Amino acid sequence: MKSLEELKAIREKMQGQVGLRKESDTQTRVVVGMATCGIASGARPVLVALSDAVQKKELSNVAVIQTGCIGLCQFEPIVEVLEPGKEKVTYVKVTPEKALEIVDQHLVRGQVIGEYTISNTIN
Amino acid sequence: MMTELSLNILDVAENSVRAQATLIEIEVSADMTTDLLLIVIRDNGCGMTEEQVNAVIDPFFTTRTTRKVGLGVPFFKLAAESTGGNFTITSQKGIGTVVTATFGLSHIDRMPLGDMAATIHTLIVYHPDIDFVYRYTYGEKSFTLDTREFREILGELPLDAPDVSAYILDYLRENGNETDGGNVY
Repeated sequence: MKSLEELKAIREKMQGQVGLRKESDTQTRVVVGMATCGIASGARPVLVALSDAVQKKELSNVAVIQTGCIGLCQFEPIVEVLEPGKEKVTYVKVTPEKALEIVDQHLVRGQVIGEYTISNTIN
Repeated sequence: MMTELSLNILDVAENSVRAQATLIEIEVSADMTTDLLLIVIRDNGCGMTEEQVNAVIDPFFTTRTTRKVGLGVPFFKLAAESTGGNFTITSQKGIGTVVTATFGLSHIDRMPLGDMAATIHTLIVYHPDIDFVYRYTYGEKSFTLDTREFREILGELPLDAPDVSAYILDYLRENGNETDGGNVY
């Protein structure tokens, strides 16, 4: 069994770093719908893929958060990207693979992937 | 439909979050001698009236306003009952809610338990202000994760700090594997 000793070591290491990840007006928020509709369509692996990638690429200005039902159940899993001062981008029917592309293209390079957005899906 | 029971658990536990629970206890217990899989989700949230308890089993009841159906609880109930199991909700206004589901462990229609570590990890890391107790039993073996214990060690350090989050996932995976011997069921 994994011991709590390791957790003590993490605390020692991280003491003094608390407050590093303060929310601010300049932060980009990536929101994943995690109600019944989202979960049933595969939102959990999408959420995990997003937060892993954001952490791995050290995008300290990006916060991955979850929300309830967005109201567009037929398009789940839905990922919304909210950048300060920009219009919200809604990605639909996201898979873990698409999520990684969103991180690379949109969050890192700032290019919206039009193909995966809701406006592209509806029109 | 959900493809694994761990997703049902994630979904139903989100109801506890929305009920403003500060402590959510999740128990998963597989007993080969009685051939039963028991899942209990207990919270200290706002609770429901008797009327509401009866209504949540109805797919056309939800407290939400974004859509008109609530399928979380009916999905879970169906998953249990289609394996010859039972499903009950007891709730008291102002005290909390307990959801209990039993499944025929070897029943052909029982969905696989799935990735419980991912479910519990997601719940803890995305609700770092809520306490979770997860108890997993497989036959004679068991392990418990209690975020209150973690918090005591961590002090001010939040449960969603990257290193802590990674530790929690490892803790769940390693101890889960030791408990059920890596058995997928």
